[in-house]
Amino acid sequence: MRQENELIPHLFRTEYAKIVAVLCKLLGIEHMQLAEDMVSDTFLLAAETWGMKGLPPNPVAWLYTVAKNKARDVLKRNAIFSNKIAATLRHSSSEQITEDIDIDLSEQNIADSQLQMMFTVCHPCIPAESRIGLALNILCGFSADEIADAFLTNREVIYKRLRRAKEKLHTENIKIEMPGVQQVAGRLDDVLTTLYLLFNEGYYSASQNTVTRKDLCLEAMRLSQLLTQNRYTNTPEVNALLALMCFHASRFDARTDATGATVLYDEQDEYLWNNELIEQGKYFLSYAGTEALGKYYFEANIAYWHTHKADSIEKWQNVLHLYNQLLQLEYSPVAALNRTYALSKVYGKQAAIPEAEKLGLRTHLYYVLLGYLFSGIDNTVALAHMHTALSLCRSENDKASVKKNIERLLHK
Amino acid sequence: MKEFVLLFQNAPAGDNKPSPEQMQAIMKEWDNYMGSIAAQGKYVSGSRLGGEGKTLKPGNVVTDGPYAEIKEILGGFIIVKADSLNEAFEMAYGCPILTVGGYVEVRPVIGTNE
Repeated sequence: MRQENELIPHLFRTEYAKIVAVLCKLLGIEHMQLAEDMVSDTFLLAAETWGMKGLPPNPVAWLYTVAKNKARDVLKRNAIFSNKIAATLRHSSSEQITEDIDIDLSEQNIADSQLQMMFTVCHPCIPAESRIGLALNILCGFSADEIADAFLTNREVIYKRLRRAKEKLHTENIKIEMPGVQQVAGRLDDVLTTLYLLFNEGYYSASQNTVTRKDLCLEAMRLSQLLTQNRYTNTPEVNALLALMCFHASRFDARTDATGATVLYDEQDEYLWNNELIEQGKYFLSYAGTEALGKYYFEANIAYWHTHKADSIEKWQNVLHLYNQLLQLEYSPVAALNRTYALSKVYGKQAAIPEAEKLGLRTHLYYVLLGYLFSGIDNTVALAHMHTALSLCRSENDKASVKKNIERLLHK
Repeated sequence: MKEFVLLFQNAPAGDNKPSPEQMQAIMKEWDNYMGSIAAQGKYVSGSRLGGEGKTLKPGNVVTDGPYAEIKEILGGFIIVKADSLNEAFEMAYGCPILTVGGYVEVRPVIGTNE
């Protein structure tokens, strides 16, 4: 019986999202709640039936059959639906719909429906901060509780945010469809930003729940991969983003130690790095284009170089060059800090110090960088910078890292 | 934030063309120079300018190229953000064009400097 209990949660989340996407597409966004309810009922029945009778030979097919039957029942009973579906499916006549309604749960339609749902969820009318939650809920099958846990926020906050977002979709009468060819590029930007943020939530989250965090990363990757499988959305930037995610995810197991503390890159055991993910990253990177079209191109290439743990002049020269270019495209404090670190690796700490002093930042990471650059040159100054960093730390994890750095300095 | 233009003026073209090695080295210097400004969050945009071109003067005088007389050629420009001309001027230091006999001219962009 243990196996059955373990199988269902995994199945629920993946298949829930797929079936909901298909049904929402069929019924329209205004009946999203109905679609979700139908699928929830299906899984409830699955849990009850399989718990008593054991797993059917093909669990997925079982779920699809039951979901289809439930949907057909609802459609037959409700004439409004029937007529609407008749119009969209272009059935032969305006007569009553028979059992011929086919809820298409083929792989292709599932993929198409999810893709369309992705654009819907990332629609410009939805506030940016709500898009990730909405994506997790509708596209990935996460409950408000699970989302709240992942984001370390209150369940009520998430619940409200989701409800408001769904209402917005309803009132704005957003269609679940691919944007027109002209708009795809712009809308794709929004989708990619959402997926990028979703991945970061999993990767950098302060939540102690590593299983959930990994799930967030994997969901972001799954959805990004979906984009590469459709010719309209299989752009170089999408491949670059997916490559970036693969490279980062490859270090997931090495990033936290047994106590849950973060292990920084330099101290990671590279034998814990996932080579399969690195190879996948390289595969997608080869489709990221040779021209720098966007920031993910640069970030992915930088991440590629970081799959080589050993220091080498070649690695750091490339990384420096990539950061120089990335910063001209889009400035970010993190990129500025990393660029300066790369510069120190190529030209030495002394050369990097004036560069660092021009950065004008005030975060703890900035002072950690200064501390690093001064260590070996003037340890008193280095220590002072590290203490400033410590005073600016906000999380226990960060404090622990800085304290470790201070220890190292004191023992030099 | 105020905007300023940094104009990169080449030295008059001499007979010594740089070797491929030298060109690669100077490209790296430009890359680091731009990266340095961008890392400060002050880079807005910029372009290199091609050496060819055409010049139109009063009286419909047309000449090929930007070089009517022995004059410095504008090699490129960038637009940066800064609080003052002096702050923008600081960014001229370290420009690779200075190592090959060129110079940098810094000017405020009208409309952003009130």
